[in-house]
Amino acid sequence: MRNLAFVLSVLSVMGLAFWAYRENYRTQGEMAEVRALRDEIGRLRESLGVLRAEWAYLNRPDRLRELADMNFVRLGLLPLEPRQFGTIADIPYPLPPSSGGLAVIGEPVDTVAEQEARP
Amino acid sequence: MTRTPLRPLARILSARDRGENPDTIERENIRLRREALRDRSRQRAEGRLLLLGVAFLVAFAAVGLQMGALAASEPAEPRRATTGETIATQRADILDRQGRVLATNLVTHALYAQPQFMVDPLRAARELAAIFPDLDAERLKADFTGKRKFLWVKRKISPEQMQRVHEIGDPGLMFGPREMRLYPNGTLAAHVLGGAGFGREGVGSAEVIGTAGVEKAFDDYLRDPANGGAPLRLTLDLTVQAAVEEVLGGGMRLMNAKGAAAILMDAKTGEIVALASLPDFDPNSRPLPPTKGDAGDSPLFNRAVQGVYELGSTFKIFAIAQALDLGLVRPETMIDTKGPMVWGRFRIRDFHNYGPELSVRDVIVKSSNIGTAHVAQRIGGPRQQDFLRRLGFFQPTPIELVEAPGAKPLVPAKWPEITMLTVSYGHGVAASPLHLAAAYAAMVNGGTRVAPTIVQRSPAEAAAKSAATGGEALIRPETSAIIRGMLREVVQRGTASLGEVPGYAVGGKTGTADKPKPSGGYYKDKVVATFASVFPAHDPAYVLVVTLDEPVDTSGTEPRRTAGWTAVPVGAEIIRRVAPLMGLRPEVEPLAGAGVIRVRN
Repeated sequence: MRNLAFVLSVLSVMGLAFWAYRENYRTQGEMAEVRALRDEIGRLRESLGVLRAEWAYLNRPDRLRELADMNFVRLGLLPLEPRQFGTIADIPYPLPPSSGGLAVIGEPVDTVAEQEARP
Repeated sequence: MTRTPLRPLARILSARDRGENPDTIERENIRLRREALRDRSRQRAEGRLLLLGVAFLVAFAAVGLQMGALAASEPAEPRRATTGETIATQRADILDRQGRVLATNLVTHALYAQPQFMVDPLRAARELAAIFPDLDAERLKADFTGKRKFLWVKRKISPEQMQRVHEIGDPGLMFGPREMRLYPNGTLAAHVLGGAGFGREGVGSAEVIGTAGVEKAFDDYLRDPANGGAPLRLTLDLTVQAAVEEVLGGGMRLMNAKGAAAILMDAKTGEIVALASLPDFDPNSRPLPPTKGDAGDSPLFNRAVQGVYELGSTFKIFAIAQALDLGLVRPETMIDTKGPMVWGRFRIRDFHNYGPELSVRDVIVKSSNIGTAHVAQRIGGPRQQDFLRRLGFFQPTPIELVEAPGAKPLVPAKWPEITMLTVSYGHGVAASPLHLAAAYAAMVNGGTRVAPTIVQRSPAEAAAKSAATGGEALIRPETSAIIRGMLREVVQRGTASLGEVPGYAVGGKTGTADKPKPSGGYYKDKVVATFASVFPAHDPAYVLVVTLDEPVDTSGTEPRRTAGWTAVPVGAEIIRRVAPLMGLRPEVEPLAGAGVIRVRN
């Protein structure tokens, strides 16, 4: 009985040692991955910053103004003016959906035939 | 434990037999027993002390070891932190009120040399001078072949330049990463942003520190890693700022002015939407401050905040507002304007002769110095001084720029009667255009003092700040309404008639002040023209102050310098361009007197 307990405890110590050994290596592997991910996040954040800076640089008002001037023939862009404000009354009231576009007012009249039919 | 009896019978009997006193045996035993007890408790106490000592030793050793470890080990980023918080090492960005980037960072490299590792120092010097035209080949040769072991060659280089330096292939030329502050919009809002430079420099990294403007005023906030890189949001609007700078630059050239400043401010909150000062500079390569000449002529000088000028007739509105508020006059009260008004050896004149008397309303509309001086006489010096102090003309503005506390208004130390008269029409007190904008905002928004600010705050912070610095009622809302009507009439039929912008009901007041000579006295042909305006006058949303330095309009037969011909058209053009950008819809102005009139039945 005592021998059995002794053997069992030795076996369990060996098993635990093996488990700890594997956990240790797994942890180190995970840490390496975390490190790699963090480095990547840092790199991506840096390139994000560069892209944001580039976006801001390309959208700077001076450049947009020059582009609008250069492409004036095609785009015809001018600074915003007070008269460009519309009111809700400027928009036509929507037609009822059932008419399907233009409303039919009455039967079409063939004016040419009427003219010819006249004496 | 066996307990020894105090009087063991055997020993007592034998003692009695020997004729000794048996009590000595008892005492002996008591002594022994006490000694044993004492030894035991001493042992126990010593054990406890030892335990305590060991515990303290372990605790202090742990603390000491940890301190030693912290002090001796290399700092490392925590790798196992499980929180999602990120550690931002960069300086925080600066954004405008709609989140557009005003300042951000870019990674570049710095070039340094370690001549002792160089293979061919002469060739390296020659090729470096070819890549960087601003470097001197002879000087580099002397440095590379001399005794120096380390020198910085360039602080910031572009990737292309870095590649070309790589191609020299000399092991003594090395690169260190650098974070560089980038202002993508160039000169836009240069005076607000200021600029940044390098502080302490190492091979691996360098501190970026602000040198002026908000960059310096908020240096601690921008550099604090605890903010997690949260950007600083300004109240400026990029598009509005760009439009203001464009129009102001055009106006400055047309009016042949040597400098110009414009401030666009929210009339109710004091938030500054645009703040421009011309000439300006590029904060990406901030020029060095001038070593000679007038600092006020340097492009670095922020005319809107640092420049203190006598602002002329724009001050008249304060005297009139105070008199109205105190009930001394009413808009229809007739004021004596017979000129010239003689006070001691001084004579106060008007630009034209306006006849024997004018109503208070027309004193403002026609901008009569004599009329304003007569109104000021009714107010009296102490009350006038107190009112101007409450308007903020005696202290620097509280705006969050490093330059602001240095821009103290120039006020006379004593306040004799003649000072009271001249100050009423804007001579004798010199203040910055920002002071004027804040005071006008208070005049038109219903009489509440506002503190100019350039940083967006959360509503709670804003409430706390306005409770601390602003919020004080300076004049009654009814007086403010009368003032707004007067300012509107100045544009409709007065000195600022070129300031009319259809749909926006501009109200404003012009001011033309002769520039003081450094030697004393005033120039005859140099003025500072100011237009302080509010739009729309019936429901004030924004205050605009335009100041031109030494303008002259040469479109007519003779040169015109008054603000009505110089600053007012520029201000009107700014309003026409900027108001739609801020979403202000042109409105039909309500007729004067069409408001609801309370009638008692």
